[in-house]
Amino acid sequence: MSLGNIFDIAGSGMTAQQLRLNTTASNIANAETASSSVDQTYRARKPVFAAIQQQLLNPDQSSGHFRFGQEQGTGVTVEGIVESQEELQMRYEPHHPAANEEGYVFYPNVNVVEEMADMMSSSRSFQMNVDVMNAAKTMMQRVLTLGQQ
Amino acid sequence: MAITFDKALGIHEHALAARSQRAQVLANNLANADTPGYKARDVDFQSMLKQATEASQGEGMARTHPSHMDVSGSGGSPELLYRTPHQPSLDGNTVDAQQEQTRFMRNAMDFQASFEFLSSKFSGLSKAIKGE
Repeated sequence: MSLGNIFDIAGSGMTAQQLRLNTTASNIANAETASSSVDQTYRARKPVFAAIQQQLLNPDQSSGHFRFGQEQGTGVTVEGIVESQEELQMRYEPHHPAANEEGYVFYPNVNVVEEMADMMSSSRSFQMNVDVMNAAKTMMQRVLTLGQQ
Repeated sequence: MAITFDKALGIHEHALAARSQRAQVLANNLANADTPGYKARDVDFQSMLKQATEASQGEGMARTHPSHMDVSGSGGSPELLYRTPHQPSLDGNTVDAQQEQTRFMRNAMDFQASFEFLSSKFSGLSKAIKGE
């Protein structure tokens, strides 16, 4: 029964969105973390999503439902987290404890407005996956009542 | 006169299986709603059902391994097609979350409808057996 796979798929979507929400939270929390050098400054982190293909997941029992070479995907995975290479903000704050010799402080390249929009997008996507899971659950429960009055 | 389940239950059994497969494809689209470069997919329900009923009538051979050749002829296995996007996004993703969700819900409703039919077939059979 392929209904069971829906739980895996929706689950993978939820995990991915949760990780995205995690990086967003980290970015917003560190939006004002100043430091005295370019290397030590926090950089905005972004997850990289990729679709999982059935073939890779379980090569021996891939579903024969679809034509060969048309492998159906089975969810989403996070390939990794990359740091944004945008330029850091350099501010002249000579009285800041982390200021360097010239009096400059480096602030992270986090765009808070962008992060908020990202947060909304990921929480919506998360909800969507929860809805899918609920619908699949209802479908399965209906199947279990087969034959009862 | 023997009762065979295949004849008694008709198309609904296959419809149910096809619906659950389509639900999986749509769920995958929704899970990948934010994956760059992902192309939304769907199946042609008509051809899927046709293939399922043809298989039940004993035409063609079963494929138990993905590298087996498809010999079922024109009916063939259902094709997993790509959706034509209304509004493709810059990152190459063609999933329209709202549309996919609507389709998923519609598919779930159709699943329930097929299920009702199947369920009533069973209760009809049991009534006939009991002679009520």
